[in-house]
Amino acid sequence: MKIIVAIKQVPDRDAQLRIDSSSKWIEESDLQFALNESDAYALEEALQLKEKSGAAGGEVIVLTVGPERTGQTIREALAKGADRAISIACDDLGSRDALGVARLLAAAIKTESPDLVLTGLQSEDLGLGQTGVILAELLDLPHASLILHVEKTEAGLTVKRELEEGWFQEIQLPLPAVLTIQSGGNKLRYATLMGIKRAKLKEVRQLAAADLGANAAPVVVLDRVALPQKQKSTQILPGTAKQAAAALVEKLKFEVRVL
Amino acid sequence: MSKILVVLEAGRARISSEALAAAQVLAGLTGLPVESATVGNAQVFAEASGQPIAGAYAIQHPLLEKYTSDGYVLAFEQLIRKLDPAYIVFPHTYQSRDYVPRLATRFGQVLVSDITGIEAGPTFVRQLFQGKMTGAYSHPGSGPCFLSVQAGAFRAAEGQAGQTTIEAFTPEITPAQIRTRPGEPFRGSAQTVDLGSAQLIVSVGRGIKEADNLPLVQDLATALGAELAASRPICDNGWLPMERQVGSSGQTVAPKLYLAVGISGAIQHLVGMKGSQCIVAINKDPDAPIFEVADYGIVGDLFEVVPALTEAIKAAKA
Repeated sequence: MKIIVAIKQVPDRDAQLRIDSSSKWIEESDLQFALNESDAYALEEALQLKEKSGAAGGEVIVLTVGPERTGQTIREALAKGADRAISIACDDLGSRDALGVARLLAAAIKTESPDLVLTGLQSEDLGLGQTGVILAELLDLPHASLILHVEKTEAGLTVKRELEEGWFQEIQLPLPAVLTIQSGGNKLRYATLMGIKRAKLKEVRQLAAADLGANAAPVVVLDRVALPQKQKSTQILPGTAKQAAAALVEKLKFEVRVL
Repeated sequence: MSKILVVLEAGRARISSEALAAAQVLAGLTGLPVESATVGNAQVFAEASGQPIAGAYAIQHPLLEKYTSDGYVLAFEQLIRKLDPAYIVFPHTYQSRDYVPRLATRFGQVLVSDITGIEAGPTFVRQLFQGKMTGAYSHPGSGPCFLSVQAGAFRAAEGQAGQTTIEAFTPEITPAQIRTRPGEPFRGSAQTVDLGSAQLIVSVGRGIKEADNLPLVQDLATALGAELAASRPICDNGWLPMERQVGSSGQTVAPKLYLAVGISGAIQHLVGMKGSQCIVAINKDPDAPIFEVADYGIVGDLFEVVPALTEAIKAAKA
């Protein structure tokens, strides 16, 4: 099976975020970036599908779009075991909406005719959770979202989909198809030293956004980024750990009345 | 382009009602009337809509009895082309997340998903960066604007007596157009922990760093006589069983006390616990979104605060 995994580089989860001078995005210059978490699970699922297929083999291709810094995330994915990569250079990602970004990815995917396209469920930065589903429509392929487990069958795939509040569902769908992968379905692997060495020799196909002919004006625009407003006024208990703990016990005893 | 269409989801009365409330906020800003649609029968309207709605469309087709994204996209595409609404408002559920982005793409549009507010403009507010920031979105283009409404963000529509006339709408769908075969929903593992009825909950998140550190939080829960719960990453890692997960994919809880330890407070977690009577957060990051909903907060290293708190509780109970 030829599998393309669309991955995204996002600000590291522990990064301190600051709003930039335009108030339209965050200051990126001194940020640490990392592979989006559910995309890491999508990559893991792809690698396991390839490994399970045994002698039949297959290929795992990672695909991303973004500025030069995304090269680091591509190398990480290659080090974990992806066979090769496609990198779409794009410096104005922020001015494109979800459809605009998906159009770039779809144009690149069409050049490969994969059997399966995987994405993470949602990104940790924008959190729109739509790229995979939009891709399915642009590629005119069936899709399933929030997938925890994928099994290859004679007819195509059987997938386990997460529903709300602890419920699940199995769905059968033909190939080619698009799946969005929920976190937690597999245990993530680490890149080995050998993997990191090998990654340097793997092919990274470079494409330019301008060449993919997907430059429609955005239909929705992120006009402003702000710090969230508090819904409650939190009473912060100050002092050392011991002082704060003592103050909290007082509150639990006399205000909340649970002690 | 002269109306707002709100889509109600069968079996999801509360969030459907909140979507209706959001549509009414939008109606107040734009002066447009609200109509509604659902896949199913009149009961869905009765459950979700306190208020009478001018137009209500019950989409009916044998191929829509089981949810499929292909079926729903076809059905709503035809209804939207017929009604030509300016805005279409959905509840943000696992179901709408599965088909609405695809439906919007079919119209050359982009869903503004899981919005938490609507302001003049109209401007649509939603969370970014797992709740650390908010973003204000506009829809400057022409064509219908697709929105989905986050759970708990809008107060459910108030009930009022009145008449809703329901019109049946039958889309054209053929079996061959539905490419996926959905199975019956099933529960995961046997549920042996009912967090929903717990009065006191100590919940642990990524801040605990390693599974080996969990006893620290377990000791606190034991001292307090509380159930131990967790945010999704802890269960994803297999450090605690899935049945102890609080949030949109786990259990929804509303205890007297919810003590969140090392939980940053992404919206998927907050929707599962923000109904708690008292929320206490211990986190090293003063900007963590958990503090937006907390009544009491301790900003500090949980590895110092939690043992100190356990000792103080033991002393208070002795």
